Amino acid sequence: MTKGNGGMPQEKIGVYVCHCGTNISAMVDVEDVAQWAADKLKHRGVVIARDYKFMCSSLGQELIEKDIKELGLTRVVVAACSPHLHEKTFRTACENAGLNPYLCELVSIREQVSWVHTDKVAATAKSKAVLSGGVERVLWHEPLEAMSVPIHPATLVVGGGIAGIQASLEIADAGHPVYLVERDPSIGGHMAQFDKTFPTLDCSACILTPKMVDAGVHPNITLMTWAEVENVDGYIGNFDVTVRQKARKVITDLCTGCGICVEKCPKKVLDDIYEAGLGYRKAVYTPFPQAVPNYPVMDLDNCIYFDTGKCKACEKFCPTEAIDFTQEDEIVEFEVGNIILATGYDLFDARKMSNYGYGRLKNVFSSLEFERMCNASGPTEGNIVLRDGVTTPKTVGIIHCVGSRDKNFNEYCSSICCMQSLKFAHVVDERTGAQVYNFYIDIRTPGKEYDEFYNRIVEEGTHFVRGKVAEVTNAARQPDEREKLIIQVEDTLIGKQRRIPVDMVILSAGLEPRHDAKDVAKLFGISCSADGWYIEKHPKLDPIATMTDGVYIAGCVQGPKDIPASVVQGAAAAARVLGKIQQGEMELEPIRASVIEEQCSGCRICNDLCPYNAILFHEETMVSEINAALCQGCGTCVAACPAGAITGTGFSNEQVLAQIEGLLMDVNI
Amino acid sequence: MSKYLYYPGCSMEGSGKAYHDSLMPVCEKIGLELQEIDDWNCCGATEYLGINKLPAYALIGRNLALAEAQANGAKDIVAPCSACYLNLTKTDSYMAKKDGVDELINDALAAGGLSYEPGQLSIFHLLDVIVHEVGLDTVKKNVVRPLTGLRVAPYVGCMAPRYDYAKRWSDSEHPLELDLLIEALGAEVVDYPLKTHCCGGHMPQISPDTAYELIHRLVDYAEEVKTDIMVAICPMCQMNIDAYQNETNQHLGTNHKMPIVFFTQLMGLAFGIDEKTLGFGTELISAKDALAEIGSEKTVVKKKRPRKDKNALPMPQPLISKAPTREKEISR
Amino acid sequence: MPHLSPKTEENTKLIEYVASRTGRDSRLETCIQCGTCGGSCPSAMDMEHTPRDVFALLRAGERETVLSSNTPWICVSCYFCAVRCPQEIKIPDVMYTLKSMAITKGAYQDSAASDFSQTFVDMVENYGRSYELGLATRHYLRHFPLRLPSMAPMGMGLLSKKRLNLKPKKIQGIKQLNDILDRAKELEAA
Repeated sequence: MTKGNGGMPQEKIGVYVCHCGTNISAMVDVEDVAQWAADKLKHRGVVIARDYKFMCSSLGQELIEKDIKELGLTRVVVAACSPHLHEKTFRTACENAGLNPYLCELVSIREQVSWVHTDKVAATAKSKAVLSGGVERVLWHEPLEAMSVPIHPATLVVGGGIAGIQASLEIADAGHPVYLVERDPSIGGHMAQFDKTFPTLDCSACILTPKMVDAGVHPNITLMTWAEVENVDGYIGNFDVTVRQKARKVITDLCTGCGICVEKCPKKVLDDIYEAGLGYRKAVYTPFPQAVPNYPVMDLDNCIYFDTGKCKACEKFCPTEAIDFTQEDEIVEFEVGNIILATGYDLFDARKMSNYGYGRLKNVFSSLEFERMCNASGPTEGNIVLRDGVTTPKTVGIIHCVGSRDKNFNEYCSSICCMQSLKFAHVVDERTGAQVYNFYIDIRTPGKEYDEFYNRIVEEGTHFVRGKVAEVTNAARQPDEREKLIIQVEDTLIGKQRRIPVDMVILSAGLEPRHDAKDVAKLFGISCSADGWYIEKHPKLDPIATMTDGVYIAGCVQGPKDIPASVVQGAAAAARVLGKIQQGEMELEPIRASVIEEQCSGCRICNDLCPYNAILFHEETMVSEINAALCQGCGTCVAACPAGAITGTGFSNEQVLAQIEGLLMDVNI
Repeated sequence: MSKYLYYPGCSMEGSGKAYHDSLMPVCEKIGLELQEIDDWNCCGATEYLGINKLPAYALIGRNLALAEAQANGAKDIVAPCSACYLNLTKTDSYMAKKDGVDELINDALAAGGLSYEPGQLSIFHLLDVIVHEVGLDTVKKNVVRPLTGLRVAPYVGCMAPRYDYAKRWSDSEHPLELDLLIEALGAEVVDYPLKTHCCGGHMPQISPDTAYELIHRLVDYAEEVKTDIMVAICPMCQMNIDAYQNETNQHLGTNHKMPIVFFTQLMGLAFGIDEKTLGFGTELISAKDALAEIGSEKTVVKKKRPRKDKNALPMPQPLISKAPTREKEISR
Repeated sequence: MPHLSPKTEENTKLIEYVASRTGRDSRLETCIQCGTCGGSCPSAMDMEHTPRDVFALLRAGERETVLSSNTPWICVSCYFCAVRCPQEIKIPDVMYTLKSMAITKGAYQDSAASDFSQTFVDMVENYGRSYELGLATRHYLRHFPLRLPSMAPMGMGLLSKKRLNLKPKKIQGIKQLNDILDRAKELEAA
């Protein structure tokens, strides 16, 4: 696939080889590569080839601009890092010099060559081949124009924890509409379950509930609790969202939130969500006193009326006739321009570590159970007691890293458990005066005033034992171990095994992606890491955006983090969305697939394969059509089409085959 | 009848004779046909690996190779001894990684005209076969004399559920298989958190004081929870706790007298097989008094149901409350 | 002050050496010193060093200390450490490697443990099966002669209950087995 008139190309190509400091030049002889291109690719149209220490610097870009103007370059090939990083930089440089930006090709000799090889001679040869592929390819490039789409001013925020609340408030305060969708009956998320927050120990509810109330009454926020997103179509600026509003069986217009229905409901249900299994609720309930909104919901699986056809106590006693047993789920549809996912985390199920006895030994508690126990509105009204509900513990062991930093469970550090465990130590000490033992592998307190907090807890007299606990057992060996839980651990600082009898054990369980995180990711067209956390566009420079334009992530959905970090991400996501709304419209990459109608057989194979639902089938003409605004240029349909009827702009057959041919060139001649 | 290749292991010919003698009639009752692997050799226990690694694997490999050659359709090996079971599964699983060890072992086996393709056989512990493959329903059907009133400590030991290379057990530290089997026999299972703690292994020969301490821990706690009898699923466990218990008493000044028998002996008893056939009486700490508890008065006394405490906080449900059922891997 | 091993290249690479002898995926170098192994070990009370400590010593190149430690010999192979180790280090396998290294160097002072293994191996190589009576008497005579009198009732008990064979059993394919083992030893040495 050689382009050109009788093998003589008419294009004038400039080649630029980057040293990237020593990132490339340490493994690739960049001067040789540039010289080789000037000599050996001359017949392909290369009129100038240069190497430079940092092509991405302003001086490097100026080199390209100057050559375009002075030498009349019609094509540019840069051999440097990945297009992910600097494609835009070099395209802009071309544009500045009057060249269509899509006539620039960036080939990677860093990620694909210097970073992955150890033989300089071979790496240099491979760089030449990669460069040759780029030169052959760029000959087939065509000038393209970016497309522009309008941005709908409304935003969908999924998840009403602290990150989602923060994001919603920021956008709403700026004057734009927000749909805040929450699966549970109330917003508030995990933070609403906590008692104290580290390191300042202020009451979680005291700082959270004002924000919840703001979100609940904000004129720009449409709050949809007890609701789930069912479908999302469209693309940045123009998403069509379908939400299922589950039936509350309560007419919210009539309900005053007086709570009589809850009081009269005869059915007690174990609350394993809000009370973390440590307490009960009714079948009709609001999860907690400060719930927003304050209307109850009915749990149909446990309602006596739905089970036996008898009861209706709630209806009988409701003073405003707000109970409606006939209420059905509602499907609500609306349009938004951007989406923020703040769906949070699940707690690691500590029962999986059978050596710690959770679920087998009575007085082993999970961290969330303990949070509820400390909470004044929790099942024990803030009293720290054993499972019998009355006895105050005299010794308490707190185990860090439960299910985290462990290849058998989750490999990552859950980031919040050290500080949480220190907070627990303080609360136990303050409320019970019990002896507290914290068992840790490493103490990780890198936040602002976090290490000071650690010091405070040390000063308070907590016993720190460095060692990952081996087991918690009720099998006493000594008289002083009878009727106790024994924590067996190697105290690694003295190199001896210890057995420490305690009354209560608290497991600082790690954070995990939501159990249905993968399904939700699929719904919104984004991807999860191997661990299940949502993948950001760039781990350092773009931790808020995803690879899908218009979909942002905030809070623990992106990885374990504490409250301050979640708030920061919520606000950051809002800022990104506000930026888009401000722009009013947005330019899209013109890298798109299109169907050559005459060649389309109407087989529809491509229709279902498209991950962006961008392909439409016309029944009348029996051909498929690709919506250019939806298409992300992934190329799936191009590869799948049996008739070869789909071509990708920027990735045409000619371009790809020419690049392969270039790659296969014998660079040693 | 389900057919299994049977790898008895050396102990079954000696100290674990009661295990062998009881499992034979029991397996017949529940429809397990055991075909002994011809001319099998020792698995090396925990000794050979510490001397010389590759020969140790080759030693085990010979058994696998013989079994594969003899298999003739039956692809499952059953081992009653936990140490043998561990060594066989470990070698099979290490070979299956195909990282070079398999080639070295086969090179060695070739010197004896043998070879083994890893993954060709499934290796089971006898308890696993009975609970998961035969099923507890079949066991219950054969019970003619329920072991009512007998308080049994389910002592699984370490090497069956750990390392669990084939991922067969309900848990590697608190497995339920033995509890469920004992319950199926009508006996009462005591809460025995030490069920997979170590019996001392070869420590009686290497560091007797270590062994006495480990034996003491197991027996002492069994007594603490009012156990009538312990059951073992491994001849080494039974040997250490039974034969070294008096030694332990002498050295630690304790007065333990805790009988321990094999689970197959209790099964046989519940199936109505006579005690002598089952090898009762060969234990050094006699099980006679314990067996007298079967059907005894105390069972008639209804257990008082603990009154529900209105103050008590709810407990999380245990993650596993029954042994997972498993799809049959091959049809038999 | 305990004697420190010289910083030879051999010693600085000790942990890599032990890891590679243990097997490709021993993961020994990944130890984070959390102490799960030492906390789990049922016989830790009799060990001179906890397993974690041994791994730290290997990393520090303390060859003599490690090879003369009783730790690998006191290991009961219960696999608690193996299933709990958060780094999935094959700890029992590492212990086997350390034992064989200590035997080669003759480093471990108390010979009871290594002798027992060796006696066992000799039995297996002679007969193809282990022979409990021969093993126990030979071993106790050599290492714990003073304990023999207290052991006698147990031995007699086992004998009278026919739980000990008086004669060893020999497998038919003993030559084949030794051919295999000889070849394996050649390969191991290579």
